[in-house]
Formats: sequence, structure tokens, C-alpha cells
Amino acid sequence: MRRTALVATPIDPVSLLREVTTDGTGATTLFLGTVRNVNEGREVTGIEYSAYTAMAADELDRIACEAVERFDGVHLAVEHRVGTLGLQEISVAIAVAHARRSPALDASRFVIEELKRRVPIWKCEQYVDGTRHWIDPTSAATSHPIDAP
Amino acid sequence: MPQLQILLFASYADAFGSGTVTVSVPDLATVADVVVALRSLPGGGVLPDSPLVAVDRRYRPGAVAVHAGQEIAVIPPVAGG
Repeated sequence: MRRTALVATPIDPVSLLREVTTDGTGATTLFLGTVRNVNEGREVTGIEYSAYTAMAADELDRIACEAVERFDGVHLAVEHRVGTLGLQEISVAIAVAHARRSPALDASRFVIEELKRRVPIWKCEQYVDGTRHWIDPTSAATSHPIDAP
Repeated sequence: MPQLQILLFASYADAFGSGTVTVSVPDLATVADVVVALRSLPGGGVLPDSPLVAVDRRYRPGAVAVHAGQEIAVIPPVAGG
């Protein structure tokens, strides 16, 4: 099974775990992305997540399809939050279950890395001094640009 | 010249002052022509040499043809997660 969604309300990770777990799944992983209080040395008070909603939903589902093809037998549920989030709030949750641990771990890593590379979602950090800044991961040395097909 | 409506988001929408702009492009225009036309508008300096462009919600390279009626979006560097 697979389910993906952009959501505007708080993510409940336990419900995602319940979705993916069956009698036949012996390994379940849960990845959570949360808002942290410091980035690049600046004190963060929150993050506003925005999206090209229609395409982000499509791209997220394409990634989930690729994960199911690549890691045969995985069950996965993915939710990404949009809107303004405070510290420690969950921005993304990826629950993956499989009969064995390796495909579950690998599929979880695949989904978060592809999501960060491809899904049109943006974050605008809000700082303690009242300023805000759009995050541009391509300015980091570790960025991986998208290759358009 | 054909006119195309372009969707903008996040930092690009801030730079252009709108989430939607209209550009004039040559006949038989491509994704690259859209980028050139956007650069000539106020705020266009924010665009990198080859920004991500989506046509009908899929990333497309510069040589792909575009036409009125398609959903064309210029995508700032993505930052989900």
C-alpha cells in the first residue's frame, strides 16, 4: 500500500504507523522532520511551509510509486505539512513497513532524499529578530540539482 | 506574439511581486524562451541561468515547446522536509 498527502493540520505519526503495519510486516520505520530552533547560526522561531500544491501532491505520489517499485513489498504512508509551524512541530512523516528491516530502512531514506530534491515545497524561516528568509538548499555544497527529463 | 501565464512561488513570487505573471513569447516558444521573457520583467534578476520549470506539473528542460493553455510554473529551489 501507499498513501501520500500534503496536510494543513498537525501530523499524527501513530496513525501513519497503524496504516502501514500488518501481520506480515516485521520491520517498521518512522522518519519525522521537525522544526529546530537554530539554522546557520540564527535563532529560529518557526517555519512557514508553502507548496505548489497540485504538483507537490503529484510528485510526492510519483516518489512513493518509485519506492514501491524499487523496494518490493514495502507499505508506506507519507504526509508533509504546509502552513506555519512552531518549534518541534512535525513537518514531514514517513512511515514504512516491510517483512524485513533493510528494505524498510532503504525505502525511508529513498523517500526523504527524493522528496527534498524534487517536491515543490518551500520553507520561509522566521527569526527571533522578526526577519524571515526563504531557504535555498542549492546554495549549500551538498545540494543535488534536479535533472529535468 | 503569443502570451503565456506563468505561475510563480515563494521567493520568486516575492521578487516579481505576484504569484502569476503574463509574458509575451515568440511563436513556437520553448521553456527557455519563457525564462528569457521573465528575466526582462522587474524582479527577473532573481532567476538563475536555468531555473526549474514545470509544464503541466512535470519538470521540463529548456528545449521543450510550450503553448497557451498549459500550466507553466517556474520553481524556486525546493526545500521540503
